[in-house]
Amino acid sequence: MMNTFAKRFEKKPIGLRGTQGAVTEDDQITDAAWGSEAGFGNLVKGTHSFNVPAVPDPTAFLRMHTDDHADPNCRIKIQHGTTTLAFRYKGGVIVAVDSRATAGSYVASGTVRKVIEINPYLLGTMAGGAADCQYWETYLGMQCRLHELRNKERISVAAASKYLSNLVYSYKGMGLSMGTMICGWDKTGPAVFYVDSDGTRLKGDLFSVGSGSTFAYGVLDQGYRWDLSDEEAQELGRRSIYAAGHRDAFSGNSCNLYHVKVDGWVYLGNYDISQMHYEGPGDVPGSTGKGYGYDVRTGHRFSVAAEAVTA
Amino acid sequence: MQYNGGSIVAMVGKDCVAIASDLRLGSQALTVATNFEKIFPVQDRLYLGLTGLASDVATLRERFRFLTNAYTMKESRAITPSAFAHLVSSTLYERRFGPYFIEPVIAGLEFHPAPEGEGKGTWRPYIAGADLIGCLNFAKDFIVAGTAADKLFGVAEGLWEPDMEAEDLFETISQTLMNAVDRDAYSGWGAVVHVITKDKVVTRTLKSRMD
Repeated sequence: MMNTFAKRFEKKPIGLRGTQGAVTEDDQITDAAWGSEAGFGNLVKGTHSFNVPAVPDPTAFLRMHTDDHADPNCRIKIQHGTTTLAFRYKGGVIVAVDSRATAGSYVASGTVRKVIEINPYLLGTMAGGAADCQYWETYLGMQCRLHELRNKERISVAAASKYLSNLVYSYKGMGLSMGTMICGWDKTGPAVFYVDSDGTRLKGDLFSVGSGSTFAYGVLDQGYRWDLSDEEAQELGRRSIYAAGHRDAFSGNSCNLYHVKVDGWVYLGNYDISQMHYEGPGDVPGSTGKGYGYDVRTGHRFSVAAEAVTA
Repeated sequence: MQYNGGSIVAMVGKDCVAIASDLRLGSQALTVATNFEKIFPVQDRLYLGLTGLASDVATLRERFRFLTNAYTMKESRAITPSAFAHLVSSTLYERRFGPYFIEPVIAGLEFHPAPEGEGKGTWRPYIAGADLIGCLNFAKDFIVAGTAADKLFGVAEGLWEPDMEAEDLFETISQTLMNAVDRDAYSGWGAVVHVITKDKVVTRTLKSRMD
């Protein structure tokens, strides 16, 4: 009884190209045969099926309505309220981000996950439009899987990031806003690529993106070496995000830390930024066990309070 | 008003008042200092808080110090909280067409003499706030000001209750301030609380979030 009922909903086995004999041109494969489109149904026939404003020049219209009027100098709208960083070293890639989301001066959330786990060996970071980053990096994950099935080989970080940069470039001027780092480990070793919605794509050892990036760069540049140990590298990532969280009004709350190794990424944990200020990151590799805060380190001995030297 | 950031709250209790502020001095998104006090003593039982543009906070602190000293010398007595509130108001309105970019908060105890032959009198809580051109707001419960004012309103509305003793008032104003500034990007990085009672003022600095 149960079997006959289930049979009514059973699908015919789907022949996959390359695994169970080639699918001929004439074979009808419906979209449904590929299973759920996971919200990406509007993309199955190419990437240009989003609804656009019904005006003669949609790009000009969108530019007029989506550009940040408060700060016209800000070319890509790096979301007020982000610090993300990623760097490459001999032991892999360290990815560290903060977790604050702000709407104006209002702290809308302190528990945002700004690292997008594209697949077990690729990570993307989120700065700018949260939805843009989340949607397109998830979509990138689908394309990376298809690449894997077609070529029986994992996609390189260079190719994955180029796919994303070409994709966002096709929407240039239509208000997409993302500043992201695509991180992974491929045949060439650890790799980090910076990709933004302008179409910029840069290969590099060390990047930081967002309103707190300058503070993170300060600590990062100071402590960076290629031959960092894993513990030192993880501590450097945490310490850099702390610096940004402390000084930048729009970054903070907590730090999420990832380490990309030969066989994929590992999530190392969530560290409260205020706790790092007072007590340090806790009992973790690389920690000195002391608070990062200036007052905490100097024991409240300020230069102005220094004793006068008598002649 | 969002250039330097900062927030203040004042609350009434039973025979006591409290006034508290954060300690941030910023330059837009950049936190420059975390030891910038915004609340100043005016008299033994009277405090003035100033939020807004930091340069105007410094200017007006000195200006009100001068004006209260002048008042004290001329009148040969300490200024009362209500008189001081009107002094603040008229000082701000003098700059009606080019205002100081601050929001003042006043908290203190005002002496009410007893009728003849019925003892000395009582010290009653007094709080007041004003906008940047001196429109006074005499609230019976609490006053909020600064970049976290809207968040402070929300938390204070939920936590405040009438006739709190000094200890309860301290807890309430501290929790109100800390929870409100944690939702404001421009405020926080330490806090200071003054609880004013008839006999003493207790000042405490709070260990708060530093991000």
